[in-house]
Amino acid sequence: MASQEILSEEPNRGSFINDPKIRSLVFQTLVVILLFGSVWWVVNNVIDNLQRLHIASGFAFLKGRAGFDISQTPIAYTSDSTYGRAIIVGLINTIIVAVAGIVTATIIGFVVGIGRLSQNWLIQKICTVYVEVFRNIPPLLVIFFWYSGVLAVLPAPRDSIHLPFGSYLNQRGFYFPSAIWGDGSWLILVALVVALAMAWFVAHRARQRQLTTGQQFPVFWTSVGLIVGLPLLAYALSGFPVTFDFPKQSTFNLTGGFQVKPEFLSLYLALSCYTAAFIAEIVRAGIRGVSKGQTEAAAALGLRSGSILRLVVVPQAMRIVIPPLTSQYLNLTKNSSLAIAIGYPDLTATAGTVLNQTGQAVEGVLIMMVVYLILSLVTSAVMNVVNARMALVER
Amino acid sequence: MKHIAIGILGAATLGLMASAATAGTLDTVKAKGFIQCGVSTGLAGFSAPDDKGDWKGLDADFCRAVAAAVFGDGSKVKFTPLSAKERFTALQSGEIDLLSRNTTWTSNRDSALGLDFVGVTYYDGQGFMINAKKLPGVNSALQLSGAAVCVQSGTTTELNLADYFKKNKMEYNPVVFEKLEEVNAAYDSGRCDVYTTDQSGLYGIRLTLASPADHVVLPEIISKEPLGPAVRQGDDQWAHVVRWTYFALLNAEEAGVTQANVDEMKTSNDPNIQRMLGTEPDGKYGSDLGLSNDWVVNIVKAVGNYGEMFERNVGSGSPLKIARGINALWTKGGLQYGPPIR
Amino acid sequence: MQEHDLSWVRTEMVLAERAPTSERGPVAWVRKNLIATTGDTILTIIGFVIVAMILPQVINWAFLSAQWTGPDRTVCTTVAQGGIQQDGWSGACWAFVNAKFGQFMFGTYPIEERWRPILVAILFVALLAPMLIPRVPRKGLNALLLFVALPIVAFILLVGGMFGLPHVETARWGGLLVTLSLSFVGIAVSLPLGTMLALGRRSKMPIVKMLCIIFIETVRGIPLITVLFFVSVMLPLFLPAGVTFDKFLRALIGVSLFAAAYMAEVVRGGLQAIPKGQYEGADSLGLGYWQKMGLIVLPQALKLVIPGIVNTFIGMFKDTSLVLIISMFDLLGVVKQNFSDPNWATPQTARSGLVFAAFVFWLFCFGMSRYSMYTERRLDTGYKR
Repeated sequence: MASQEILSEEPNRGSFINDPKIRSLVFQTLVVILLFGSVWWVVNNVIDNLQRLHIASGFAFLKGRAGFDISQTPIAYTSDSTYGRAIIVGLINTIIVAVAGIVTATIIGFVVGIGRLSQNWLIQKICTVYVEVFRNIPPLLVIFFWYSGVLAVLPAPRDSIHLPFGSYLNQRGFYFPSAIWGDGSWLILVALVVALAMAWFVAHRARQRQLTTGQQFPVFWTSVGLIVGLPLLAYALSGFPVTFDFPKQSTFNLTGGFQVKPEFLSLYLALSCYTAAFIAEIVRAGIRGVSKGQTEAAAALGLRSGSILRLVVVPQAMRIVIPPLTSQYLNLTKNSSLAIAIGYPDLTATAGTVLNQTGQAVEGVLIMMVVYLILSLVTSAVMNVVNARMALVER
Repeated sequence: MKHIAIGILGAATLGLMASAATAGTLDTVKAKGFIQCGVSTGLAGFSAPDDKGDWKGLDADFCRAVAAAVFGDGSKVKFTPLSAKERFTALQSGEIDLLSRNTTWTSNRDSALGLDFVGVTYYDGQGFMINAKKLPGVNSALQLSGAAVCVQSGTTTELNLADYFKKNKMEYNPVVFEKLEEVNAAYDSGRCDVYTTDQSGLYGIRLTLASPADHVVLPEIISKEPLGPAVRQGDDQWAHVVRWTYFALLNAEEAGVTQANVDEMKTSNDPNIQRMLGTEPDGKYGSDLGLSNDWVVNIVKAVGNYGEMFERNVGSGSPLKIARGINALWTKGGLQYGPPIR
Repeated sequence: MQEHDLSWVRTEMVLAERAPTSERGPVAWVRKNLIATTGDTILTIIGFVIVAMILPQVINWAFLSAQWTGPDRTVCTTVAQGGIQQDGWSGACWAFVNAKFGQFMFGTYPIEERWRPILVAILFVALLAPMLIPRVPRKGLNALLLFVALPIVAFILLVGGMFGLPHVETARWGGLLVTLSLSFVGIAVSLPLGTMLALGRRSKMPIVKMLCIIFIETVRGIPLITVLFFVSVMLPLFLPAGVTFDKFLRALIGVSLFAAAYMAEVVRGGLQAIPKGQYEGADSLGLGYWQKMGLIVLPQALKLVIPGIVNTFIGMFKDTSLVLIISMFDLLGVVKQNFSDPNWATPQTARSGLVFAAFVFWLFCFGMSRYSMYTERRLDTGYKR
């Protein structure tokens, strides 16, 4: 009774149906009810289906013995390992191909992108053709092209193509000598670490010197000298402990050395080529986005053309480039799941096999989704940090 | 009062839902007028579409046999091609009524995956195939250490392969694909030295290679692969229909009832044949199964007996030319044994 | 003029001199564009080497040595491989594409019923062409026909089972037919759905906003393959026992949901670019939310992001090729499936088939991207100050 009196005392603001606050409240409540209702319905159906069909559920299967082998195992894995470990192997394989692809795609993309703005007509046209071809065909097709169109028609192991430095190329992949680290190899590693530290120090000092005196110091070549020279020196001093294992012909394959499988090779090449076309466009847009006044002002200050590019144009272009570059990196990582079509044992493939051997589809697909989501979030987070450092700091 | 009423209502609803959930596949199938049958995406001799898109093969014919048993018409069947990964969920979810897709019967699949295997339409074993031209001198699987082996993922084959090489302390490089066509293409292009799958499959695949004569199947059989049709767990009536269709095919062969002579056989005096063909006075073996009494006649008219099915699809009448071997009837020293219809 | 009799003044123009060869003509062009500096010259030489290495081989393979017709694999194999070509021959096997062309277009759609997809294609082109040409009037009616009437007609024609047309199961569809119908439905569904999601993401209602963000970011964070696995493997388990739906439909749902999430982000970009004054102006006119969005904001926002929308379409068109992983046969899937035909198993088959598929995809995508550039230029004028 009391509430009614209060209501009647309210000033007349028209019907409360028209109050946007109440409307939105009602609407949202409806949405929540609808959502929970359908989630409850789905979960209920899943449970009902699983029970009715006597399908096992839960994540206990991850501890079971996998029983199958994987062709590329960056961490120790045999058929005796668990399903969980098989999925981790797949995840690492995904990360390997994604990182390798990102690095190569970025390099090709920048070269092609700058090439499209080149004064040189021929280079510009070649780069344009490259971009227009790869941007407009599906990545899966590019992968198949490398795999069935290029790598599969290479010669058989018996007639491998000899390449320099004891490497071979045949339809089973690319073979190159692997290093065997003998006694005393640790010295080389130590030397490398010391060289890196020194290079950083030199760079730091050189910048300080330039800020105070204006004099420049050839940082790049000093660093290269340090990073290459010191480990070489250590290698010689410790008595040449590193030997190489060269690939040799055996009954079936080349054995020894390090083998890069064609599945990896074609996935890596395809992802790099495909994504590079998009990165090239981003880079082009980025460089064109830096206004001409900037370049002219830099020239008026007396900077050389190399310095203009390095100190004025690129830092500003990077601000435009990085956000879309991030989404290209994410796309590449997600596209690496196409590995399944050519049998590269990435996350989708191994999780798929586990799903099939155990019959636990719900859990299998769930794991796949969550892991990719985490990968994407991590990549965005890293790129956001880079972006924050690149962003315009307003003073 | 109120509580009791709600209780009754709830119980009734539950009962309704339960009965809806377990409404027999047989009734559902009869209502929709065809059987949805899961087959492979293309394995010569077992289930593969021909140029016109018609499914041919032992597994496909088994689907037709079940359709003939249910509807008296072997053409009332629709085929769903399934990859190894999809096959179980397709059956579990009710997308298909029957999985007849060279699937190995294992305890795990019978229990944890919610399947129910009805029999073994083809006793198989896993073997190896190599290119003898490229690898002269290899005549045993035990010489395969270090080889690259092509295999389809998510199959028992993949597991047996790992076990076999581990047991014999040999090394190998697995080259794994999702789909059979991809494995075939990889093997044919020389990506791997060895192809492993069920031996029957090897014979079928060998024919599709660029130069079949170069390839030999090694003698070793490294596993038991009983291939058979499966249905969903917990539907006994449907399982019986499918299982007895299979037994009827065997019994028809044993009794000498063929596609050609089935009509003459209806006048036979042999009580065994009379029971089988539903000509025995007031016999109701068919209707007990939920079928018509001349169900076996329909089956044999549609696809012939088991022997005819075998020879037509994988045996002497087919390009595969696989010998009956252990798939002969028990009376001829094989393993195929149909319990009596009576 | 007359009184100054300055005879040295010229009364007629002298003929224009030809520009010096250093500024005009092919030599100057080469100088300017190919060998301006030493670095340029080196680049040009490298470029020439690359082109000289690739182009003759490509032309020779695709045209000169290619086999255009033939009954089976013998025309595309060398004598050593059991064919008729001399050893060392390498050329495209267009005969394979030629022989399988019907399958590449329609899959295993029954041959006597193939007039149906062809009719749909003709209708589609007939409705799409006037839509794309800006000068043709009655865009509203056209859009209505294209996005409402055509799907219904196409559904009846393609699926059949009514009006005396025999039913054709979607399992028999294949090739370009699947690629195009998946992308068309994906486009038709993802644009409105994506717009709704974008509006939801910018909504003032916290729960709606949160749900939209969760959906968009989750879908954008996972690969399309997992989405397709999800719809092909898990969806049946989500429904009550015995309820299933067509595999084709499931792929459609997967592709559309996936594209909608990307579309939402594109549309959001457009919504953010609309100045606040537009929103406030609409509010001050007393328009409701849907009037404000439908009449003021969205027409401007969508126009702004047309290039982004078309890019999403292109991405989705390419992504439809992924359905081959859940054993559906789109163009790429059919092409790939035919590699295993023993009649056509040659070393050139895979390359030829893939190049053909790539060319078809390329044509569509390139066409779309060119059209989007054209629209962008056409609409750009309105925003120049």
